[in-house]
Amino acid sequence: MSANSSPETAASQTKASTHADHHQPLDDAQVARIRNDFPILTQTVNGKPLVYLDSGATSQNPLTVMEAEQEFYEQRNSAVHRGAHYLAAEATEIYEEARANVASFIGADSNELVWTSNATEALNLLAYSFSNASVGQQQNPEAKRFALSEGDEVVVTELEHHANLIPWQELCRRTGATLSFIPVDDSGALDLAQAAEKIGPKTKIVAFTHASNVTGAITDVPALVALAKKVNALTVLDACQSAPHMPLDVKALGVDFAVFSGHKMLAPTGIGALYGRAELLNAMPPFLTGGSMITTVTMESAGYLPAPQRFEAGTQRISQVIALSTAVNYLRETGMDRIAAWEHQLGQRLAEGLAKIRGVRLVGPAPGELRTGLAAFDVEGVHAHDVGQYLDDRGIAVRVGHHCAQPLHRRLGLTATTRASTYLYTTTDEVDAFLAAVAEVRAYFGADA
Amino acid sequence: MSDLDQLYQDIILFHAKAKHGSTLEGNPPEAGAAVGQSHQLNPTCGDEITLRVETKDGVISALRWAGAGCSISMASASLLTDLAVGESPAEFTKMADHFREVMRSRGKIAADEELLGDAAALSGASRYVARVKCAMLAWVAAEDALAIAR
Ligand SMILES: Cc1ncc(COP(=O)(O)O)c(C=O)c1O
Repeated sequence: MSANSSPETAASQTKASTHADHHQPLDDAQVARIRNDFPILTQTVNGKPLVYLDSGATSQNPLTVMEAEQEFYEQRNSAVHRGAHYLAAEATEIYEEARANVASFIGADSNELVWTSNATEALNLLAYSFSNASVGQQQNPEAKRFALSEGDEVVVTELEHHANLIPWQELCRRTGATLSFIPVDDSGALDLAQAAEKIGPKTKIVAFTHASNVTGAITDVPALVALAKKVNALTVLDACQSAPHMPLDVKALGVDFAVFSGHKMLAPTGIGALYGRAELLNAMPPFLTGGSMITTVTMESAGYLPAPQRFEAGTQRISQVIALSTAVNYLRETGMDRIAAWEHQLGQRLAEGLAKIRGVRLVGPAPGELRTGLAAFDVEGVHAHDVGQYLDDRGIAVRVGHHCAQPLHRRLGLTATTRASTYLYTTTDEVDAFLAAVAEVRAYFGADA
Repeated sequence: MSDLDQLYQDIILFHAKAKHGSTLEGNPPEAGAAVGQSHQLNPTCGDEITLRVETKDGVISALRWAGAGCSISMASASLLTDLAVGESPAEFTKMADHFREVMRSRGKIAADEELLGDAAALSGASRYVARVKCAMLAWVAAEDALAIAR
């Protein structure tokens, strides 16, 4: 399989792939072919074939993505939106083509996608822009709609990644607004009945994840959007664990903002994005200021360009943008529905397998219930760090710890869990090797005694 | 012995469960002893320890802790307790300095068993960069607590 870096071909590929049978998951032969595009997966670790089950933290890059980055540096490296020479024009064009391509991947228009370093920066961009709207005289009177003050509320959920929690804590601290959260039940599922109570007339912002990086549960986005709309609150979707793994249409979901990170979707680190409805982005005050985001500048003040340029101050990352666009082509060509269906199978295999192992507590949806292709769990009597070490010795890479979700772990009575997360290149054999190794853990550490 | 078995020697797994010195709760310091207490956290994995040192008549007269964490961090706190009690602060500092040197050596410096006793078994962790912090947690807490007690 090879993805093409030209957005034009990407468009025709999209069309072609709509004719494919989308509900059919990938099959073993296809996954085997996909793996040929990921050289890193062929290595051995501790003398055993690498079993990479940490794509939820960061994914691997296919050759086409790495080649696109190299090609940029070999042929077109130049600053964008500055300079009139050939290379600058060329770089600007592919930079903007990439924006259109990635925007269309999530159902957005190209002026609605702002490049950031990652999802964390995108969320901070939002929080600081709202913060800026909350203080002093605004250049743009429309910015008032984002202003927060005492009495206003920001609502998040108890299962958020710290990236979608702390920026809101800080925004509330700076503005005097109150942070409240939709709690989870004992199984780690969002309590939607409580959501209806938490989201009220004072609520200005509702920020929540699309898919949990710990439980693997998929949020009922339409339900939360409906509650937020009723009270005119803005919605912020953390799409870090959905954009890479399932078809995503921000317009169909009706959210106001969404964020994701390229490194979790076959692209390198250093590139992510903020989606915002055009009308909103164009009314928001900037976060970072400086070159490339301005109109007229005097010694006293400056005018700002419309979005997305308004939020892209300074010389931008370009090779990463091209790499992400190429990664998106690869995903699209493979078929997001097929990837989602494949990972759904793997997620079920993980959940069923883990639930059967004595002394293992599966976190999140029970086997048979909807979950993404990841599973976190606790091994009774063995700390997650030791579980991870044992698996590493078998060449199996998993994540251990609180996965940047301390409040959720605390709520579930856990300090750390082990998490296995899959992607389009994960095989059923790898999942089985992982399950077999987990089944040995308690005996090795004498926890069975 | 494989690297993994080297890391998880029986003595380590024994101490991870036995947790010598994990008796902080309900045991106030002895009257007349100089007391120092330290709380250390490893934010990447959530391992945590609160450790109290008492010194009297020129030696570490008691060491008690409360903590939660992986087998390496718990075994390390237990082995440290066995080793430190009865030693002078100067002797303990010598042990801690050597322990740190071994742990940072990526498996290159062998532990002096004369000096560290059973705690020398923790040297298997030095091969695993991510586990060095686990092994060091209690020691850092002890050094910190001792500095306060002095
Ligand atoms: C659900 C979720 N939100 C946010 C993030 C933060 O992403 P990043 O660290 O790339 O900014 C992650 C990844 O760690 C995540 O899984």
